[in-house]
Amino acid sequence: MSPETVRLIVGVLFVLLVLSFVGSIVYGRKVVRTEVTDAVFGNPVRALGGWYWVITGVCSILLLWFYFSWDAARAYFPNSANEMCQVARVDSELNALRSSFPMQSRLLRSTSFLDREGTQIENARRQISKSDIDPALRDQYLAAADTVQAMLLTRASAESLSAENKTAIDELARKIDEATARLADPAFPGPATEAEIKAAAEQPAWGEGVKKEIPDIPNTDRGRKFLKISEEMSAITADFTKIRNLDDDFIAEVKSLSDELKGLQTSGDDAEETKTLTKSLDKILKRIDDGNIFPPAALDPIENAMKRFNAEQSEQKGSLKILDALAFPGGEIRAGSTACTEQGSGRWLPKPSDTLTSLIEISDPTVGFKTVPLLWYEWKPASEMLAFFIPDWVADLVPGEYPRHTASGVIDANLKTKVLNFATGNYPSFSIPVPAGHLWDSIMRVLAGLFLGIVLGVPLGLFMGLSRFAKGFFDPLIELYRPVPPLAWAPLILTIFGINDDGKIFLLFMVAFAIMVISARTGATGTQLSKIHAAHSLGASNRQIIRKVILPNSLPEILTGIRIAIGVCWGTLVAAEMLAGTTGIGFIENVARKQSNYEIIWVTIILLGLLGLLFDLIMRWIINRTIPWRGKG
Amino acid sequence: MSDLVAAGLDMTFPMPDGDSVHALKDVSFTLKQGELLSVLGPSGCGKTTLLNLIAGFLLPTGGSLSLGGEEINGPGVNRGMVFQQGALFEWLTVAENVDFGLRMKGMKKRQTRGKVEEWLEIVGLQGFGDTPTYQLSGGMQQRVALARCLINDPDLILMDEPLGALDALTREKMQSLVLKIWKETGKTIMIITHSVEEALLLGERLFVMAPRPGRLHKEYHLPFAEWGLQKDLRDVKAEPEFSANRDEILSMIWNMEEEIMGGNA
Repeated sequence: MSPETVRLIVGVLFVLLVLSFVGSIVYGRKVVRTEVTDAVFGNPVRALGGWYWVITGVCSILLLWFYFSWDAARAYFPNSANEMCQVARVDSELNALRSSFPMQSRLLRSTSFLDREGTQIENARRQISKSDIDPALRDQYLAAADTVQAMLLTRASAESLSAENKTAIDELARKIDEATARLADPAFPGPATEAEIKAAAEQPAWGEGVKKEIPDIPNTDRGRKFLKISEEMSAITADFTKIRNLDDDFIAEVKSLSDELKGLQTSGDDAEETKTLTKSLDKILKRIDDGNIFPPAALDPIENAMKRFNAEQSEQKGSLKILDALAFPGGEIRAGSTACTEQGSGRWLPKPSDTLTSLIEISDPTVGFKTVPLLWYEWKPASEMLAFFIPDWVADLVPGEYPRHTASGVIDANLKTKVLNFATGNYPSFSIPVPAGHLWDSIMRVLAGLFLGIVLGVPLGLFMGLSRFAKGFFDPLIELYRPVPPLAWAPLILTIFGINDDGKIFLLFMVAFAIMVISARTGATGTQLSKIHAAHSLGASNRQIIRKVILPNSLPEILTGIRIAIGVCWGTLVAAEMLAGTTGIGFIENVARKQSNYEIIWVTIILLGLLGLLFDLIMRWIINRTIPWRGKG
Repeated sequence: MSDLVAAGLDMTFPMPDGDSVHALKDVSFTLKQGELLSVLGPSGCGKTTLLNLIAGFLLPTGGSLSLGGEEINGPGVNRGMVFQQGALFEWLTVAENVDFGLRMKGMKKRQTRGKVEEWLEIVGLQGFGDTPTYQLSGGMQQRVALARCLINDPDLILMDEPLGALDALTREKMQSLVLKIWKETGKTIMIITHSVEEALLLGERLFVMAPRPGRLHKEYHLPFAEWGLQKDLRDVKAEPEFSANRDEILSMIWNMEEEIMGGNA
């Protein structure tokens, strides 16, 4: 699907969502007002029904998703995003300039420098006074500190500013004003050239291509204007950083003071301390030497020019300001060196349309994820399927020896070989389609672990519920391993059993086993004594009592246990697949995380949620079908 | 003849704190085949212990119990039980509950169908065979329990407060049913009850038990069960002899309860 089609669908869908959101609220309000009901407050009957509130809820979630992921913004305002990208360019170029003035920072840069260095000198003084060097030397150091401070303060005096610098500042202010004038000029930058139009038309649209980023070549006149201005501002910022409040005399002074400080260093007992003191004073000196401190009003022309520019930029942004705040919530568009990127929720919350596209993409069995399809089928010989259930050692039981090759290199098959071939599925047979893929693998692992857990856990649980020995013997074993979070076992189990299915199935078996034992035990202990008595006096044997009375009586607890076990297994499996493995839904998410592919991450999250819900619904259905007496006995 | 013979029955329960409770002391009686016995007494007098001993769920600490000359040392199909709450298997239908005992013996469902229908008709539940038991009312559940017990053809039927949880009207109907079954099948029936009226109505013989330790206090031979087979139970209750017996037993039990309370205070 082309990006335009996706945008159209999203746009229509968004409107429909808004309409059904509003419509269902209006309908719900109407129902509340007109429906005659005798349910007083507190009566649970009042919570029954209300499908229209379900619609409201679903719509609000979807609307929030469309809104905060900027999917709606992409559908309605793709060109505005492109323009905002150009504005972001200007801002990015002016970053250094603006942070020198109380525009992007609280203090004027010179003020904050003076403040910081003053504190540093004060600290150095304290350090000198506290040191236990020779008192004469200490006085010399204190004198040096005074000199450093005096030099620092000279930078704030109006005389320190050289005539060249004054001219440069005025010149820069004039350039900024010129740029401001161009920004305000409706004719600037004139019609787009053929090449510009072509480049803009050829670039991938927003959401197209691998990166799905916002196109960074301007599509509109306003965008081109900001782009041109940003280029101009790049040069102005470069000029600004070149202006330093230094002159030759000052540099020489700094140099001589620095040498003097080095001269104060002694060898002998005080060597270490004098070295530290010299270093801390010298550091301050080096920073003063950068020439970043200007007299208070020296940079005013630039500051005032920038204020005018800012006002004009805000003026020119016009509707973009409102769009930025309303249509692009929870983040901003930032201009990098190569592309325009979405920051904030627009980035980490993938757009519903992109997520769906990704899902459709990896659902295609020929594409899949890492060459494995999401859920598809493959042809497998029936012999292999059959061999899965027959252990290979069956062949070893057949009397006789396996054949040896003859001198001519021929191996004559005997009965033993034939049985072995049968047990390993090594014979021609027809193929049958079997499900395959990431989802299937994950589901099969859960079901296999769960199956083993039920088959072994339920009998043991019943046994523990009926026998003092079994309870005493097995309780410590289970209670010791059960409280350990399954994931804490994972590294060990995966090391022992390998990263293939065996390890994961065993891990899930451990999880399911403990839950099934405990629930079967609870079920068995909860059997009413009168039912056991009744069965006894009706002539049931002990085995019949377990099978016909205790087991069915424990069924509610067992089924609830299965329902819990499925949930826990599902969670454990995904984490185990993230640790190791080459297929499965957790594997997909882990790879997507490494690639920072937010769309795929969300696809896996949604799939996991839906599958978990599906499992739970199936279990609820089974519970309703098999134990309708629950709570009514 | 399968008579129930209890000779010098003694039952002591050890308590967790090391003490022991003397639940039954030197209980001896003989219940002839076809007799209808009701057992009455204040709470804690050992009625249910006695029943559990006869059913074989407990083994006595002293004395002996035999049914038809055979020592009782465990539960058996010759003694059917009916419990207060029915104790039905709620995962089975009415018919599956009724033929549970037969199926445990290895019979198939189609073999038992005729018998099940027969017994359902006797207890007044014809057509309810496929109904899940949890959908039945309390009275109907007790009918199922009766049929489940009777289909096994036990020599002795033990009932542990079978009608205690029913409303007055259902109770009266069930009392008639018990009398009818007693008459028609000629089974030995032992009923434990809290209600003096019920004990009088459903007891050819009536044991009043006393607590601490549990023992037989007094025995009555009563005509009301026979009367109840001939006329309406309400008319039986209106007889002056019935009221006289009721008042006597009531005050007897009242005094026992008083004693217990006094002893506690």
